[in-house]
Amino acid sequence: MMEKPKVAWYWCASCGGCEESFVDLAEKLLDVFDAVDIVFCPVAMDFKKEDIEKMPDGSITVALINGGIRLKEHEEMVKLLRRKSKIVIAYGACSSWGGIPGLANLYDIDEVISRKYLEVPSIENPNKTLPSHITKVKIPDLPNEVEIELTKVLPRLLPLDRVIEVDYYIPGCPPTPDVFWNALQAILSGKLPPKGTVLGASQKSLCDECPLNETKPEKILLKDLKRPHEVIPKPDECLLAQGLLCLGPVTRGGCGALCVKANMPCTGCFGPLDNIIDYGGKALSYIASILDYSPMEEDKLKEVYDKIPDWVGLVYKYYLPASKFGGKVNIKKSKAFKEVVEYD
Amino acid sequence: MTKKIVIDPITRLEGHGKIVIVLNDKGDCVKAYIQIPELRGFEKFAEGRHAEDMPIITPRICGVCPTAHHMASTKALDDLYKVDPPSPAKKIRELFYNLFMLEDHALHFYILAGPDFIVGPDAPKEERNIVGVIKKVGKDVGLKIIGMRKKIRKMMELIGGKTIHPVFGVPGGISKPLNEEIVKDLKKLADESVEFTQFTLNIFKEVVLKNEKYVDLITSEAYTHRTHYMGLVDDKNRVNFYDGMIRVVDPNGKEFAKFDVHDYLNYIAEHVEPWTFITFTYLKDIGWKGFVDGEDSGIYSVAPLARLNAADGMATPLAQEAYEEMYDTLGGKPVHHTLANHWARIIEMIYSAERIKELANDPEITSENVRVLPTKTPDVGISVVEAPRGTLIHHYETDERGVIKKANLIVATQHNAARIALSIDKAARSLIKNGEINDGLLNMIEMAFRAYDPCMACGTHTLPGSMPIAFYMYDTKGNLLKIVKKNF
Repeated sequence: MMEKPKVAWYWCASCGGCEESFVDLAEKLLDVFDAVDIVFCPVAMDFKKEDIEKMPDGSITVALINGGIRLKEHEEMVKLLRRKSKIVIAYGACSSWGGIPGLANLYDIDEVISRKYLEVPSIENPNKTLPSHITKVKIPDLPNEVEIELTKVLPRLLPLDRVIEVDYYIPGCPPTPDVFWNALQAILSGKLPPKGTVLGASQKSLCDECPLNETKPEKILLKDLKRPHEVIPKPDECLLAQGLLCLGPVTRGGCGALCVKANMPCTGCFGPLDNIIDYGGKALSYIASILDYSPMEEDKLKEVYDKIPDWVGLVYKYYLPASKFGGKVNIKKSKAFKEVVEYD
Repeated sequence: MTKKIVIDPITRLEGHGKIVIVLNDKGDCVKAYIQIPELRGFEKFAEGRHAEDMPIITPRICGVCPTAHHMASTKALDDLYKVDPPSPAKKIRELFYNLFMLEDHALHFYILAGPDFIVGPDAPKEERNIVGVIKKVGKDVGLKIIGMRKKIRKMMELIGGKTIHPVFGVPGGISKPLNEEIVKDLKKLADESVEFTQFTLNIFKEVVLKNEKYVDLITSEAYTHRTHYMGLVDDKNRVNFYDGMIRVVDPNGKEFAKFDVHDYLNYIAEHVEPWTFITFTYLKDIGWKGFVDGEDSGIYSVAPLARLNAADGMATPLAQEAYEEMYDTLGGKPVHHTLANHWARIIEMIYSAERIKELANDPEITSENVRVLPTKTPDVGISVVEAPRGTLIHHYETDERGVIKKANLIVATQHNAARIALSIDKAARSLIKNGEINDGLLNMIEMAFRAYDPCMACGTHTLPGSMPIAFYMYDTKGNLLKIVKKNF
């Protein structure tokens, strides 16, 4: 009997939603178990890093990695997995571009840590204790102190392909079971597309599969922009045409327009179409192109732009760490935090 | 010679956990630590975001219980904009929320706890997983479990937009009313759900309660802590997941506090330890007294058993019946046995199913009136829900344009973190003697935290081969002495 392909599954700074999307294959899970040997977490087989290192290089057929790279531990593990795997796939928005936790790149890591351990109103921390890479603890009745080690935090969250070479991408926050299933078929068929291809999803924009697409005007022109809590949209008319900033036109399809079907605008979790250099940049330029003002009407334009206080959160919700702009440029190196931050 | 054992990793919700076990020269465990290596910084990067984006952003804290964050966030927006959603919207939200509680609890019982109880804590490790569960209960039953979860989650998609990371919550209501076809399916699903939870209770009774060894295990001292308990209650002090007052009882079951979530800062504080990223909440009135249980310790617990302990009963008949049976069997309230969480979880599933049925048959839920637009200026919004794993609090402050200035989030696992640390420590100290470490002992230590359902992600990792754990023994200088692996 031919040996089944070995599939590894690992998570970094993720929420577990990608794991849930896998379980949502439901009865198809049994087919997956038949077709492949799954190693959900490579550490499930050999969790000491040294043990994985002992496996021959390239002995894992496919590694599916979700979550962004936030901790030193993530970085070490994905580098190891890269060596041991023939194919590495970035699974989901966080792994592909950083995802929502990537919005932390708008701040210094020091500010992120301070907020959580020193500033939130419920914290009681008179000694200003912070997480530390090494903690020496004294346990009663023991002669020596015991050192407890905690992994370090990276100053920025990184998409997987900024840390290791990535062969394919499966988009979505999370990928839907259908998208994952399609991608799985492509992988198992052995007829793999060119490196860098986005698997499982559509090659067209979300609008193409949106039930409201028929109501989308040929040329949308907007005098005003609305935030989702400011308007009750008509359920049978293109949301963008109603002034809600639905990102469908610049977002890859494949989810089946789930948010729009719930009467809510697309927030872009399937990311850019092929050959788009920067998702947020594309979204902004698209929005600029549908505003019904001439460049001469600067006051009016400013008024409309001011209706959206958080453009970054709107167009880079899932994409900031992959963007050319990338978030905060110079991360402050602070002595107070060097015990827990792995500065560049 | 002092030895240090590291269990790394245990898989957990927020990344993976790590257990460090320290032995004295006789090889007895003298101390065990659980570490959570996870830090993503939601409280910080929420700043600057649109408040109405929070129900989209905060579910990404946890993809296993995204609905809990979505709902806490949506309710915080109601509070922020001082807008009261129409009654049908509240009912649909609560219905959706109970669908979520039901499927999440079911998944934990069958996939995470199931291997321990249905297959057995000392069964061959290669059978101690969902495949083993299906083998034991039969393929038909296995497919029924998978099918039920699928149906519920499909229904959640129809109502909430997405199952993982829902989108339908808006300040003042929900984004879309229910059509008649959905309601027709809902009524059918509600009946099936009630039947399914009775079926689950029976499996629990047959497999667990009729096995004396399991009952002894549940009530054994190694898995017992006398702490305070916290949970949300309705106006009759009955368990509620969607709304109510936060009630705390002391280790004797006496009411210690009952408060509106707006006052949470008067009752709850967070403690920091340098060896983990998670912070430990405690009762402010008592203060942080270290990792000890008892009446004089501020440590409390949340999640199913805590909710039942903190309440006077259940709001639906079948759940109430099961509630009484549990306390009768285990010797009255409160129950301090951590493993009784599994039983409490099934009682909550029954409640959810019955509540789904009540709401699905409520004529109001077909109303088109599901949303009002906020008109007031936002400033502060605070809310609470009961997540499957315990009390969840969201607290936002915004400017007048509804842009977040400050956010604070207290999630279920934080409330339980101190008690989980106690549980690991106690189980390890009770079980590891004379340096003897074997698969059975390691699984028993795992069971100490698995009962809290620290996460279903453990469950997803469990699917093909159960929980990965390895022990590393070091001498005090950090030299590796020995590796003991759990090769599931």
